[in-house]
This record gives sequence, C-alpha cells and structure tokens, in this order.
Amino acid sequence: MLDKIIPEIGHFALILALLMAVLQATVPMAGAMTRRPLWMAFARPMASGQFLFLLLAYFCLTASFLIDDFSVAYVANNSNSMLPWYYKFSAVWGSHEGSVLLWSLLMGGWGFAVSRFSSQLPHDMLARVLGVMGWVSVGFILFILMTSNPFERLLPDVPQDGADLNPLLQDFGLIIHPPMLYMGYVGFSVVFAFAIAALIGGRLDAAWTRWARPWTNIAWAFLTVGIALGSWWAYYELGWGGWWFWDPVENASLLPWLAGTALMHSLAVTEKRGSFKSWTVLLAIITFSLSLLGTFLVRSGVLTSVHAFANDPARGTFILVLLGLTVGISLLIFALRAPRVSHMVGFNWLSRDSLLLANNILLVIMTVTVLLGTVYPLLLDSLGLGKISVGPPYFNTLFVPLTVLLCIVMGLGPVARWKRMPGRELFRRLVWAGLAALILAAVLPLIYGGEWNLWVSLGLAAALWLTLSLVRDLFDKLRNASSLGAGLRRLTPAYWGMFMGHMGLAVTIVGVTVVSHYNIERNVRLAPGDSVEVAGYTFTMQDLRERRGPNFIADTATIAVSHDGEHAFTMHPEKRLYLARGMPMTDVALRPGLLRDLYVAMGEDLGDGAWALRIQYKPFVRWLWLGGLLMALGGILAVVDRRYRRVRSTAIQAHSEQKEVRA
Amino acid sequence: MNPKRKQRLYLILGLVALAAIAVGLTLYSLSSNINLFFSPAQIASGEAPVDRQIRAGGMVKAGSVKRDSESLDVSFMVTDYESDLEVRYSGILPDLFREGQGVVVVGELNGNGLLRADQVLAKHDENYMPPEVAEALKGKMPTETIAK
Repeated sequence: MLDKIIPEIGHFALILALLMAVLQATVPMAGAMTRRPLWMAFARPMASGQFLFLLLAYFCLTASFLIDDFSVAYVANNSNSMLPWYYKFSAVWGSHEGSVLLWSLLMGGWGFAVSRFSSQLPHDMLARVLGVMGWVSVGFILFILMTSNPFERLLPDVPQDGADLNPLLQDFGLIIHPPMLYMGYVGFSVVFAFAIAALIGGRLDAAWTRWARPWTNIAWAFLTVGIALGSWWAYYELGWGGWWFWDPVENASLLPWLAGTALMHSLAVTEKRGSFKSWTVLLAIITFSLSLLGTFLVRSGVLTSVHAFANDPARGTFILVLLGLTVGISLLIFALRAPRVSHMVGFNWLSRDSLLLANNILLVIMTVTVLLGTVYPLLLDSLGLGKISVGPPYFNTLFVPLTVLLCIVMGLGPVARWKRMPGRELFRRLVWAGLAALILAAVLPLIYGGEWNLWVSLGLAAALWLTLSLVRDLFDKLRNASSLGAGLRRLTPAYWGMFMGHMGLAVTIVGVTVVSHYNIERNVRLAPGDSVEVAGYTFTMQDLRERRGPNFIADTATIAVSHDGEHAFTMHPEKRLYLARGMPMTDVALRPGLLRDLYVAMGEDLGDGAWALRIQYKPFVRWLWLGGLLMALGGILAVVDRRYRRVRSTAIQAHSEQKEVRA
Repeated sequence: MNPKRKQRLYLILGLVALAAIAVGLTLYSLSSNINLFFSPAQIASGEAPVDRQIRAGGMVKAGSVKRDSESLDVSFMVTDYESDLEVRYSGILPDLFREGQGVVVVGELNGNGLLRADQVLAKHDENYMPPEVAEALKGKMPTETIAK
C-alpha cells in the first residue's frame, strides 16, 4: 500500500524542506540583526531538518526508479524495466528534474555540514552563514516545485514501460560525474555565504579566512574531480576521442573553477597578510554566481549539448531570475558594506603578495575570455543579431599564452617571501631551474617526436619550470633543516597541498601538450581479415559478430593488435543499438596506458561486412586526468592542516575577548 | 616621485599592459573564429560567404546519403524544405546521423554551392533539436513531420 504513495511522500517532504529552508533563511538572519540568541539558534536545527527532508524526497524518487513506478512521468521518461539496477539508481540524476533535486540535496548537505563542523563559529556568524545558504536553498527548492517537479504523475494512462535512460548516460562515468560536479558548484555556496555574512556583520579577519578556506578548498577539489571526470567520460563515451571541446557546457564548469582557483589564492593572501579583503569577498560572490550561471546555461536549453534537455522556457526564466537576484543583491551588499572590511597593507612589487596578485589577475582574465566566448554568441542571438558560434581556436589562442604566463608566475610564487623579495635572491635560487627547464623543453621534442616543435617546447617548458622550481624550493627547505626527517616534519600539509596542486597542473599541461601534438588518428575501412597499421601497431579485424546485452543488441568486432610483429592483445569495439529508444551508440575499445592509449571505435556499417573504424593512438592522454586528481588531492591535503583545527580554540578566545571588551 | 607612488605606478602600468594584451588577443581571435549559421535557403540565395568556415543546418534529405564504396567519403543533402544544400564529408558520421533528422554541419562553401564539411554534428538525444535548426525550419516543415 505504502509503495503506491511514495512519490506523494517525496513531494510532501520537498514542501516541508522548503518551509524549513524559509525559516532557516529568515529567522536566524533576523536574530543576528536584533541579537536574539533564540532566533539565531534556529539556524542549526533548520539546516538539519531541511537536509533530512530533502534526503527523504530523494530516497522517494530513487525508490520510484528502483520499483519501476512508470506512473511517475520522470521515471517513465528516463528508465526502463530492462535497465540494470545501478543505472536505475544513477538515472535519478540523468535528466533535468532529478538533477535539480540532487543539486538541492547537496545544497542541504553542505548546509548540514556547516552546521555540524562550525559549532565553534560565533553565533551571529553561523546564523548569517546558514541564513544565506537558506536563501539559496529556498530558490532552488522553489524552482523544483514550481517548474520541475520530479514526482509528477502520468495518471490515469500509465505507460507499460519506460522510455529508457539516454544510452550515452548508461555508463560508470555518469554515475559519478554529476554528483562530483554538483558538489563543487554547490560547495561554493558556502564560501559565498561566508562572504555575505562577513559583509553584513562587518567582520572579516584572519579567523574568518581560516573558517572559509577549508570549505573553499573542498568545493574546489570536488569541482576539479567533476571536470576531470566529465572530460574522461566524453573521451571514451562520445566515441571520437576528444577530451575537451570548448563546448559551452564544459566552459560553464570551467568558469567557476577558474574563479574558484583565484579565490583560493586570494584567501591565502587575506589570511596571511590581511590584505585583498574586498577582492576576496568579491571573488567569492563571482565564483558562486558563475556556478549559478553554469547551471542556467546547462539547464535552460539555450545550448546545444548532451546536457540540454528538451525544455520549457519557464525553467530558463526562473534560473535567470534567480541568478539576477543573487548577483544583484550580493553586489549591492558588497557595494554598501565592502568599505568597512577593506584594509590596506603595503607590499613590494616583487613579493609573494604581488605574484599572487598577478596570479589572480591572470585567472580573472582567463575567466573573462572564456565567459566572453561562451556568452557572446548567446547575447547576439537573443538580440537578434545572427547566430554564431565561437570555435575552439578562439579559446586556444587565448588560453595557451595566458596559461604560460600563469606558469611563469606560479614558478616564482612559492619561492618568494611575503611583503618583499629581493630580485637577486629570487634569481639566484631559480636560475638553474629555469635554465634546465628551457634546455630540456628544447631537447625533449627532438627525442620524442623526431623534430622540433615550438608549441610542444613551450608547453613542456611551462610544466618543467613549475616542477623544477617546486623541487628546488623543497630542496632549499630541507637543506636548512638539521636532518631530513626534521625538515620533512616541519613542512605543513598546507605546503604539501600547494606542492601537489601545482604539480598536478604541470602533469595536466604535459598531457595536454603531448596528446594535442602527437595524437595519431586514422579513419579506415576494415572487413574481417583486413589489417591496418597505426603508430607502429598493426590492427587486424579477426571477427565480426552480433551480441545481445541486457537492453541492447550490438555488433562486436574482434581486433587483434600486434606490435613489432608480436601478437599482443585483442580489442572489442561495439556498435550498440539500444532497443527502447532505437538509439545507436558507439562503445569504444580502449587499451589504456600511462604513456599512451590505443582507442578503437566502430563508425558505421559500410555494407559487404566492412565497417568504418576510427583508430587512434593517444600519447600521454591519461596525464590530463591524473593531473586533475593530483590537483584535487592537493586541495584536500591543504585542508587537513593543523591550523584549521586550531581555529576552534582561537575563535573562542577571540570571541570571548570581544565579549570582555564589550562588557 | 616617492617610492610608494612609483610602486603604484608600476603596478598600474603592469595592469594596463596586461589588460591591453588580453583585449588585443581576444579581439583578434574572436574576429577570426566566429562561425555564422546559415540555413540552406540563405545559402541558395547567396547570403553565405564562400571559402570561409560557416555552420549550416537542417534536415538530412531522405534518400540522399551516398557512400563511396572504396573510401570513407560520403555526400548528402541538407534541406530546410525550401532549398537543398549538398554536403560532402570524409570520415565517420555521428551515431545519431540519420536521414530525415536534424544536423548541423561545419565547413566551407565552395563556388558551386557545395559545402565541404569538417564536422557533422547530430544531436545527443533523439527528442532534442538544435535550436538553430529548429529556427531555420520554423514554418517550413511539412505538417506530417511535425505531427511525428
């Protein structure tokens, strides 16, 4: 009996979550304004309650999927009785309604986490932070209830079976990519809330940055992993071996990442030196606004992509209004309150401060260029000035030189001291790293590719410069210690986090550079018995067969690959036809390796038993995502630094001191 | 000039220089990388530039897809039910490329009104229509296709 009303329970839970979010958004804020402890105390239970009911709503939707309740429209459109259970589970976020629900759930989860782990925050600060997060939740839950209710029923004409999940999304990559990405997007709401709370409260000190930094790092790490997974998924699932297309949807996730990266570094300056305060707050606002913009771009249907579902315009309008309100109100608060928290601290033009400033400027320029290339076509279109698209060359011509500049600064930054760094000392410490990077970068393309290539050298020089200057810095730090062990013990997790993060970027740059320039792609026509040679590997089609999967039928080829005359292994690319939708899909055969991937995808049936095959040799492609993981690991590592745990005691002290002063 | 002012001057000059480089690069690469979208009817009436990368889109005309038997060359007609555009492409077509469905092609027109495509894009989801194509077809689609 109860299973019949699961969707209604979910719907009801969602409404309760909305009510709790409204309370969370209003009462503690008012309490902080009027200094009423009881009102402020509403924040934490409401955050927990909201999360609980969102969780319940989410479970109800998942349950509807698992028991194949096709009377729920969303389930009927995105699932099928033949779908394996794990894809039913992940199909919950496979389309619009469910993914917004997941978004709200994660939003509630972050709010809950803040209420758990910030028990030592001053009460008014916690009340304001959770209040701001409450407002964001209200916006999103309202969005679900008004425009995209996943619990809508198809009554009385219940379909016999569901339309199935889009086959592109029936994949492990999809199971984890969206939750990771959303964790990142939504996670930036925490630092946003901290920023707004600091503006309203007029208090932005070193303690504030120590509260805000871990949240920013974790959100950033999630976003990094999410982007890397998305790139990996596109690589093997779309069947043509590309890993970054400068597609507006990818750009939408890159924008908050770039701004978030700038934010992490600006937070570092604010914590250590007490400067850049208004800038940090502004960046926090921008980063979260870009997350919202990303959501709007992806979910409103203005873009052509796998993420844009056939959509009704009310949704786009709603998110646009939400975005406008968030940006407008937060910038208004910023304009009114920022002068109170700003604080001038001088520094020399060559110092870690100034290098981080340069880092921020470069990252902001990158953000603006990507934003321009992404939004410009949409703007022209909405003004009726023609339909254009901005191609990858635009992004490449801008991004490559900016990244190289960024790398130059990144090599100097960790070595330089705060406030003032004599140029001569900086030169003395890094001259060898720089020379070695240049020489190696000039020689390596000759050895690897057989001829010299300016762009490869440039990319490798940037990566090597990053690596060698970091290694040199580490060496200098350890050399001055009494013993190696003592030196290592003195290095903080924060330092290792920076080290890993920067190394990660170097690894990604190597991957991007090598795979972009030494990628070999051949489109060939193969029938059983034919063979073709690509990059020293011989691919022979041995066999072509039909196979039946749980919800598809497939043409499977058996390709024997030999290298230097020795039979090495076989690969099995497939062309699947998913039965419920009649949708064809390419299932790529991959032979991954640290130094190269072999990539075979079936194109189309050319008749007479011959198939068009896409065979690719992709050197160093794994390094792209490996670098992403290293960066994310760096972000997490920096959080475990002891000083963030010490925050609690100092926060209490600071707070009690303040009370004494007031008394 | 006192050192503090001097320092600030350097900072501002640096910022201005960076901004100028950025703006210059942006404008340069935007100007050379914008692809305009044209419908087959617009191309037939000569609105589209020749030998410059453009995007075009419409429906793949039923029965128009011809594959070369030896190579991977393929040709097909894209139509907006007003004019047809011949497209030549060499390579593997996307999974969802089918006759009677919407596509976007990216490539250069030659003098004879034939489009050499570097890229053929089909949608990822069979219910989804690229907005450009939907617009180009507005009011032109035969009714039975809409009913479908």
